[in-house]
Order: sequence, then C-alpha cells, then structure tokens
Amino acid sequence: MQEIKKRKAFTEGSRLIAEALVRAGADTFIGYPITPANLLYLYGSKRFPTMLAAPDEITTLQWMCGFAIAGHIPVTATSFPGYALMVESINMAAIMELPMVIVLVQRLGPSTGTATRGAQGDLSVVHGTLSGGYTIPTFSISNMNDCWELAEKAVHTAVKLRTPVVLLTSKEMIMTLQSYDWSNLPEIEKVTVKKHQGNAPYLPYKAGEDLVPEFLPVSQNQHQIRITASTHDTKGILQNALPEAIENSKRLEGKVRKHLPDYTYFELDEQPDADRIVVSYGISSLATREAVTSLRDKGNKVSMLIVKTLLPISSKYVEIISKYKRAVIVEENLNGQLRQLLFGAAGRNGLTGVNAIARMINPTEIEEEVLRNE
Amino acid sequence: MSNKQFLTGAQLPYCKGCGHAVVAANTEKALQKLGIDPLDVVLVTDIGCHGIIDKNFLTHTVHGLHGRSSALAAGIAVGLNNPDKKVVVFAGDGGATIGMQHLISGAHLGIDLTIIVHNNMLYGMTGGQPSEFTPCGFKTPTLPEGSIKEGYDICELMASAGASYVERVVGIGDYSDSIVNALKAKGCSLVEVMEICTSYGVKSNPGMKLTKVVEDAGWKTKVFVSGKDHSFKKPVNSDTKNLISEKLEIEAKFTNNLTKPVSVMLSGSAGEGVQSAAEILAKAGMNAGLNVTKKGSYPVTVGVGFSASEIILSPKQIYYTGSSSPDVLVITSTEGLAFAKATIANMKQGAMLFIDSSLEAPETKATVIPVPFREKVGARNSALYSIFYLIHKNGYIPMDALKDVYNASKMAKRVAIETFLEF
Repeated sequence: MQEIKKRKAFTEGSRLIAEALVRAGADTFIGYPITPANLLYLYGSKRFPTMLAAPDEITTLQWMCGFAIAGHIPVTATSFPGYALMVESINMAAIMELPMVIVLVQRLGPSTGTATRGAQGDLSVVHGTLSGGYTIPTFSISNMNDCWELAEKAVHTAVKLRTPVVLLTSKEMIMTLQSYDWSNLPEIEKVTVKKHQGNAPYLPYKAGEDLVPEFLPVSQNQHQIRITASTHDTKGILQNALPEAIENSKRLEGKVRKHLPDYTYFELDEQPDADRIVVSYGISSLATREAVTSLRDKGNKVSMLIVKTLLPISSKYVEIISKYKRAVIVEENLNGQLRQLLFGAAGRNGLTGVNAIARMINPTEIEEEVLRNE
Repeated sequence: MSNKQFLTGAQLPYCKGCGHAVVAANTEKALQKLGIDPLDVVLVTDIGCHGIIDKNFLTHTVHGLHGRSSALAAGIAVGLNNPDKKVVVFAGDGGATIGMQHLISGAHLGIDLTIIVHNNMLYGMTGGQPSEFTPCGFKTPTLPEGSIKEGYDICELMASAGASYVERVVGIGDYSDSIVNALKAKGCSLVEVMEICTSYGVKSNPGMKLTKVVEDAGWKTKVFVSGKDHSFKKPVNSDTKNLISEKLEIEAKFTNNLTKPVSVMLSGSAGEGVQSAAEILAKAGMNAGLNVTKKGSYPVTVGVGFSASEIILSPKQIYYTGSSSPDVLVITSTEGLAFAKATIANMKQGAMLFIDSSLEAPETKATVIPVPFREKVGARNSALYSIFYLIHKNGYIPMDALKDVYNASKMAKRVAIETFLEF
C-alpha cells in the first residue's frame, strides 16, 4: 500500500478560514481591526480579490450589504465589541436577504473585557441578534479541520439561503500556531449567486417552495429591484404590517428552518452501553476530545457530541442527549449558554455543565465531572 | 433631455407644500437631462420622511437604516464599479447627523455617489425634534425657546473632506441643474437642499421665511466645490496567492524519543525574543517528527511589558492546545517572573523551573534550576539561549533538529549559533 505523504504545516486556523472562504466563492473582505480577529484581516487583505478597510463596524456591515446588493459575496471578521455595533445592520442584511459571512472571534467580555483572552461567551448574543425571534445560521469551529470545512459551509449556506451567516470561533483557533497535516484537505466547491433568468415579471421577494427568492443584482437593467430594511411585500415595497408583508417576514425564519437538515453538522462519537455523554462546541471541544480519549483509555464508557451547527438549534441534539442518563455540556462561559438553549432554565435530571471564564477549560475537570455521579 | 419617466406619476407621500416633493421633481428632471436609463440608477434612501419616496421612483430603490444610506450606497457603488451607473442618496438632516461619518468618509474616499440632503432643520417623522442641523434661534415643537447652538454646515464639512462637487440650494423652484452638475461629477458629490417642514417648522416659527432662516444662519447658497476629480478606484486582484503555501510545511528530518507530551512555557520580556524562540522550538519539534502547538500571551501594547509563550511537544495528536501547569517553565526576566507567578505556584512535583540567576525563585514544587541566561548572551538573546539550554539539558529532541531550524531562520544572520552552544 502506498503511503500518502503527510504534508505538515506550521499554521494558525485563520489562514485556513481565509483560504476556504475565498475558494468557496467569497470575493470581498471588509475589515475593521479588532483583537483577536486581526489575523483574518491580514489574510483577508492578502487573499481576497477585493479588500477594503472600513472606518468603523457599522460602515463595515453597510458596505457589505451594498456589495451583496451589487451581486458580491462579502466577508468580515470581528469580535464582540465590533459585532455589537453591527447588530442593527445585520438585522437589515437578514430582512434584505443578503448573503454574507461574519466571522466572530470571541474574546473575554463583558464590554471590551480582555482583548487578548479567548472566550466562548457570544452564543446568546448571536442567538438574540435578530429582533423578533429570527435566526442567523451559525457554525462553530471545533478544530483546524473545521476552519476549512465550516468556512466553506458558511459561504454555501449564506448564498443558498440568501442570509447572513455567523462563523463563530475564538482567539485560540485564530492565533495559535500548530503542526497541521493539510495533505488531505477536501476540495472546496465554489458557489456563485444564482440569478433570476428570463423576461417574465420579477418580484424581488417572491419565493417558491424552497422559500428562498431568486436574486437579481442592481447591476442589471432588465428588471426593477426594490430592496428595503423595513417590513415589505413581495415587491420589496415598505408595508405597514399587511398580511402579505407579515408572511414575507415569517418566511425569513421559515427558509432557515426548512433547510436546516441540509446544514446540520455535528460530530457524534457514541460508545455502545455508555450512559454518559459529553457535549461541547467551539474552543472547549479541544479539551473535550482530550478528556474523552483519556476517559476511554482508563476504561470508562463515554460518548461525545461536538455541535458544529449551533443555530438554529437542531432538535437532533436534544434527541441524542436525551438517550443518556448523564450529560455534561462543556463551554467557556459563565452559565452554559448552549445548555440553556437546549434544555432551558429548568434543565433536566443528570444534566450538568463544565463552565469557566478567563481561562481554557482543561481536560481533567471535564473527566472529573463526567465521572461524578449526579 | 430625455422624456423617460423616473417617477410613477402617483401622488407623492408628502404634506402640502413640503420641499421633499420638490426634490423628487428636480431629481427626475436632472436624470432626464442626463439622458440615463431609469434602471441604470440606484436610489438609496433611509429613515425619515425623505425616505418614503421609494415606491414613486422607477429606478432601482434601496431603503436602508436611519442615517446609513451613504454607507450602504458606497457599498453598492464600489460593488457595481461601473461609471455608467448612478448611485443617488436621499438623506435627511437627521440621517446626516447620526450618519455623518458616512458622508464624510464618502467624500474622503471619493466614492461615486450623489448625496442629496433634505435639510428641513428638524426631525419631521418623529414629531419635530431638533437635529444637529437646526440653526440658532430656530424653534421646534420640543424646543419652543429655540436652538441655542449653530447648525452644522455640511457643505463646508464635505468640501474639506474631499468631495468633488458641493452646492447648497434653497429648495424652491427649479434647481435641477445643480443636481445635474452633482451627478456629472466624478467622485462624491453633495447637494444640500434647504427646506422648511410645513408641519413642524412653519408652525413653530410663524411668519419665518426659509430664505431668511438660511441667511441668518450664515449658510451660503453657492457652489462650494466643483470640477474636482477625486474618485475611488476599487482594488481588484483576481490573482492573489494561495495561502496554503508549501513554504509553511516542515518535513521531519530527525526523530525523537519522547513518549508523552511535554508542555513548555517561556516567560520573559517584550523585545527579548520570547515569541521567536518559542516558534523556533516548536518548528524544531516538528523537525524531530513531533506534533506541536505554540501560542503567545502578551499585552495589547506588544512592544512593552511581559511576553510569554506556551509550546506543546507531543508524540501523539494534540487536541487540547492549553496547559494548566507546564512541565517546564523558563523565566528570563523580572517581567516574565511577575507574569508567571500564579503558574509557578501551581507547578507540580517533577516539573522544572529554569530561572535566570539574577532572579529569586518563588516557592514551588518544581525543581528550580538557576541559569545565567542574561549574563551569558545578553537580555535580547536570553530567550533564544534558553531553548538551546533546555534541549541541551532535557534532550526532548536532538540538538541537531534545533540547530537546523535556527540556521534556516532569519535570526541566524543576526547571531551566530555558536553563541547559544556554550553551556
């Protein structure tokens, strides 16, 4: 058997993310500097066909919306303080149905917190970004491979569903250098924005069964395009809560949910007869993988679920976890944001969390919690 | 002049006598004079009475967030990157207040936009509150005693920011030629149209004439800038280099005898080579066939204070890139010692603490090994020396693997390797 030659590089995840985003079809990087997202800004400037430095984060998102209206696929990278400034404009992008990817590199909060310390505290922020209970598809990077694969999925989902997508990560993935075998990186499929064809009348927000309206950029002059940030009808005209306009707004959540099975990504490593499961996502998946390996080496039976599609929350996760008597959800924030999203304030018997702030959760404390009898 | 329609002909959504309707008529006339096709025009509006005009225009229309129209339009204009398209912004004085950064930045960058500010000196949609454009003495329903400050002169601001064409007009009658001039200008142009809100402005200031308000405020109705060619060039490079570069690959030329992972922490001062030393050690680990991680910790002011780095060398796949307590801690400076205090207190039996001889080691379970790093090679090279010392002492990887990486680094040109090989 011929041995596949390993090609180990010394790299950070940010390099993989930037390369994958471009290969997947993103063509414009709009940047405003913020620690710890700056390496993405740097790689964005080296790799994207167009890179623009915006004067602030509100402008960043507005420019991105403008680029998307003109038919481009824009990307930015930020951290919580920048994301907070973007929120109103992300709402606009969502209702205008503009494809874009926002890489959110988490750092210690609240407020400016500590810029150089990693964290996992923004799931609730992203979950609550859109007013009215609408969802931004959100992927969470759990290791170097995900930097590559989920960056691709983020672009594909943004374009396919005509929506902003958040790619959630942390300082560790963006800045830590590691030896990484990239000889087997899967091919990335390049997407382009699918455009409405023909001369039949075009309604910018009329959707078919897939609930995603066909797109036309303002660069063409065959059909009039109307786009608005306000509640609107299928023509794209501002309407005060007319049934057609309300249905159009509800469709925004409908399309994101309808296609969820196509973009639900997770890693499930189940052991037969195990009665406990460790669940994690993002940066804490690193320690979780180490802990599970170690627990099994010591003869313990334990299953592991790494959640990669965070939002919308898939009912699959609840189904999987519900099979286990003991479930431990590991995340680097104060109160267990995923735990609360999955099981609410009431929780459930046998469900606990391992949480920490201002430091990485280590494998030992996960092992201890998994073995603790609840 | 073409006879193409830009307005649907339906009644405009404005109060009787409102200047916004006059702006719409003048904009249509200006576009007709330009002879452009309606669908080669993108009208970008935002929140405010001026912004509810969308459905009356036969151009492409984009209706955005309060005050952000100039930024949204900038994205559209640069995204289109086509001089045959015209991107027109309608903004109010309220939008120009909250989004002034976007107007200034449009002028500064020279984005191909024509911004028409409908300045009726108050917020009309929300009940007549004053904006930053309300002139001194002008009354509004929420400010019956009259404004005590001057309003912004957006024309002066845009002119000094680099706009290509700037003009202020009183919004009465035919001023379509002013809009034509703005549309023809390359880069960012602005026409400020002075209006008075018939619902709130007139009622709060009975008998006051618009021209008199403008004159009393010292706002000149004139062309401020014309003929300037300051236009943004969109950067497009479709041939950027692949980031997955072979140059980053390290092929192992050596082997190792490591049976379990080792975590090393270097803690010293900025400017004393800590991050470079850590990177060289990590690469040397790869050169010896190990898996490695390397991360840095330093204050945001990277050139001052402590500088620390954690390296993991492992014969197995590394999942977890953190380390709660290092197997080896190397301290090369006072600042490094201060930063690592808590780490030292947590170190376990069997761990090793290499510490510069000039420093006093705090209490720890680790074995303390004083080494004259600074005395031997100077402060600037102390961290580099420490990794050679560490490999010499602990032999995690062959010394030749480290030498190989060092000699291939930029550092080797600065300091000969022999400096680091005297123990």
